[in-house]
Amino acid sequence: MLETANSETLRQIGRSPVRHDVADKLTGAALYVSDMTLPGMLHAQVKQSPHARAKIRRIDVSRAERLPGVRAILTGHDLAYRLGLYVVDKDILAKDEVRHFGEAVAAVAADTRAIAHAAVELIEVEYEVLTPILNHMDALAPGAPLVHPDLASYDFVEAAFSPQPGTNIANLTKCRKGDVEEGFAEAEWIVEREYTNPSVQHVPMETHVAIAQWKSGDRVDIWTSAQSPFTVRDLFCHTFRLPLSNVRVVIPNVGGGFGGKAGIHLEPLVACLSRKAGGRPVKFQATREEEFSLLPCRSALTYRIKTGVLADGRIIAQKMEMFWDAGAYADYAVNVTRATGYSAGGPYEIPNAWVDAYTVYTNKPYGTAYRGFGHVEFFWGLERHMELVAQTIGMDPLEFRRKNLLKPGSLTLTGEMITEHNGDVRKCLDSVAQAIGYGALTPVEKAREARTGLKIGKGVATLHKAPAMPPFTATSVVVKMNSDGTVIANVGLTDIGQGSTTAFAQIAAERLKFPLSKVRVTIEKDTDRDPYDWQTVASKGLMLTGNALILACADLLDKAYETAAQALRADVCDLDHDGEKIFIVHRPERSVTFAQLSIGYTYPDGSAIGGPLIGVGRYTAQGLTNLDKGSGQGLPALDWTYGAHGIIVEVNPTTGAYHILKIASAYDVGKAINLESVRGQCIGGMMQGLGTALCEGYIYDQQGHLLNPSFTDNKIPTSKDLPDEIECIIVETAQLDGPYGARGVGEHPMISVGPALGNAILNATGAELTHMPIRGEDVWRAMNSKAPVETWITKTPVGSCRSLPVYR
Amino acid sequence: MKINITINGALYEREAPENVTLLHFLRECVGLTGTKEGCGGGECGACTVLLDDRAVNACLVLAAEVDGKSVRTIEGEMRDGVPSALQAAFAKRHAVQCGFCTPGVVMSARALIERNPKPSVEEIKEGLEGNFCRCTGYVQIIEAVLEATGQPARVQELSHA
Repeated sequence: MLETANSETLRQIGRSPVRHDVADKLTGAALYVSDMTLPGMLHAQVKQSPHARAKIRRIDVSRAERLPGVRAILTGHDLAYRLGLYVVDKDILAKDEVRHFGEAVAAVAADTRAIAHAAVELIEVEYEVLTPILNHMDALAPGAPLVHPDLASYDFVEAAFSPQPGTNIANLTKCRKGDVEEGFAEAEWIVEREYTNPSVQHVPMETHVAIAQWKSGDRVDIWTSAQSPFTVRDLFCHTFRLPLSNVRVVIPNVGGGFGGKAGIHLEPLVACLSRKAGGRPVKFQATREEEFSLLPCRSALTYRIKTGVLADGRIIAQKMEMFWDAGAYADYAVNVTRATGYSAGGPYEIPNAWVDAYTVYTNKPYGTAYRGFGHVEFFWGLERHMELVAQTIGMDPLEFRRKNLLKPGSLTLTGEMITEHNGDVRKCLDSVAQAIGYGALTPVEKAREARTGLKIGKGVATLHKAPAMPPFTATSVVVKMNSDGTVIANVGLTDIGQGSTTAFAQIAAERLKFPLSKVRVTIEKDTDRDPYDWQTVASKGLMLTGNALILACADLLDKAYETAAQALRADVCDLDHDGEKIFIVHRPERSVTFAQLSIGYTYPDGSAIGGPLIGVGRYTAQGLTNLDKGSGQGLPALDWTYGAHGIIVEVNPTTGAYHILKIASAYDVGKAINLESVRGQCIGGMMQGLGTALCEGYIYDQQGHLLNPSFTDNKIPTSKDLPDEIECIIVETAQLDGPYGARGVGEHPMISVGPALGNAILNATGAELTHMPIRGEDVWRAMNSKAPVETWITKTPVGSCRSLPVYR
Repeated sequence: MKINITINGALYEREAPENVTLLHFLRECVGLTGTKEGCGGGECGACTVLLDDRAVNACLVLAAEVDGKSVRTIEGEMRDGVPSALQAAFAKRHAVQCGFCTPGVVMSARALIERNPKPSVEEIKEGLEGNFCRCTGYVQIIEAVLEATGQPARVQELSHA
């Protein structure tokens, strides 16, 4: 651990100071890109495809061009660039063929939004409609039409991914540990089942928005609502073959991201419109409908699990097959596949494991990162499956989980040895079990059942996740002292709401021994001004940037001490400091203030030494490796954050309607930096997880039209959907290389809410649910053993979307 | 057409198209961008403002309808640089994360506590039902409203196992 976490001596860590960004956010002063207007700024609109799969026979923009106020029009063939995070498979605007409903085929920049909108309406596109591939399992069938016939010619990141040309498989990740067939041969029981969930939208309250200005000399300024300024810049420059120094990306406040703003999205298109419009700045903000169909979602998943168990209840072998629905483009879905491929077994010891994880192209809006990075989806299947296996072998599900949990000395699927410092998943599980009174119903609960006629059930589920990131992920921090002794820290990590700005200020104040009021961390990010950070993703920011920040503070203090030693004519080893000054330990009346040192120390005669105090810290993930592509063996995990949820549910045994009485959640956060921020992540993530568990999902008709791209038909939880009782528990097993022992917990609260609910409903009613979300009718069907109905690619094309393009 | 609206006590006269919404009037004609657009369809509540003391979705109201009336927005919540009790409670209770829904949530809470100075938890849930928040999970917002109305927040602190 970079700094020891002795709770008695900590002054800033483990408290709940008010967030540093809150004053502006509570007064309307906080600036978001959607609030910005630049002089001469144009407004963009896109023409979206009304078809899921079609050849573009002709695009006629001549009528749009003649509309007064139109300054630039682009179609696919105007743009000789292809984009892709890992597999370079996406044109900025569709060329020749559209691959999903809502894909952009043309774009306009005009003086006003209204003119741009009118111009888009005047663009004529002639399509030859083709039969789309909608179900990702159908897309795997031999002879299925190919979403990307030219896959063999695409560039991709060879160290990590394996596209399969001639198929719809964008990536296949394999993980092999032991010998799974030998394991099955030893097993007393073998239990196999398949679990599914549909695509889901992130729903950041601020939709994607970008402003770009392509200036002379190919210098480009971009203001964007994005998570990762350096990724936007680096991928932008890679696409347009520009030096990184030519492009500046600025990110002010971000109105939510959840992974949906992790990569690069609208920025290249908006920049190209600006270039076409003679360098005027162009702004494009997605409508809420476009957020659902133009921008990416979370992938659907089909997860098959086959588990072999010994007579004593220990898992001996597990075969796991994941089929991820990438949609039309690979984007982050291939990396979700990779990351879940090595985590697929959960926090359990599996001596013989076999994972094949496929990313499958279909003709639907494409999948990207979403809080949990695949773990929300696969833990649905895994933790429902653990319940099924326990039932099958006649063991209590909690006991079955305990028996198989990872413990110090266990090997993960990739061969990493778990130690006592990785966190305590058992304590998380036991805490939530205790919090919900796991097991038989209490007399009070029984009396309630008798009174209401409703059935009460309790369920638990575990979770784990490591950051999905390259083994060489790096970050850096610059800490600058002002002439009054206050400090400003520049970090490249973006605060998209998670509270990192405040947590970092606490860490800096702790390390500097300064009052928190003297430390500020910048909110706006600027790639020209701020030091490099890889990305704001993966729940790795607290650990990596926190460590770099501690090193930057130490560097600043070293420089201050060096000047102070000269000013005080003392040795550095005899110096100490407080929030105001550096002093001689044995002569504390002899001191020099930080204000005096901050821009160089000046002697009474005017001569000076030192210089402005700036501390630099950099940190790279330590000891990680790429995974072997054949066996999946290697060290991918910066850290593992463990957790568990427990749920008490009350179900109507006639209708299947249910209500959550209590949810208890526990995570091993290593060390909580800001208690109320951690609590906010726990509750907020749990509630977002409940959205996935209760109701959310994309519904298509048989032609691949998205039927519910609105909040009317795609609901998210409101305050009325809160469980009656919520209990958040933290476990603090210090992460040895974490700042003050901390590890990330941004994504984890969203994971395994669904299976805890499914298990609770099972225990209340006997309903065997294999599909998430769990709507009342799904419970009814499961209780009555009716087969699930495919309602996500529905045969009844009825949607109430206001702006669904006319397509017949 | 010419539209006169009193916003946070000050009169604004603007020439604006008759089909401009109150939301775009505030954001684009007057330049008060604190009120946010989350969906433009009256579904998410991010654009909630008070129209003659009633909470409305500004995206569903035409500015022309509001001609001669009085509107309160998030920019009017602070007086002489001093945060309101509501703002102070939101800050103290960590009821803000990304902040994009916050102005609308605060205005809904403002309307609620003006008609019901001591709302119960259920009444707060009801009063804020029209405001989506994707970050916080609502609990700390509910606690903030309790706090602002002088009621003991039924807070379940983070517990250590």
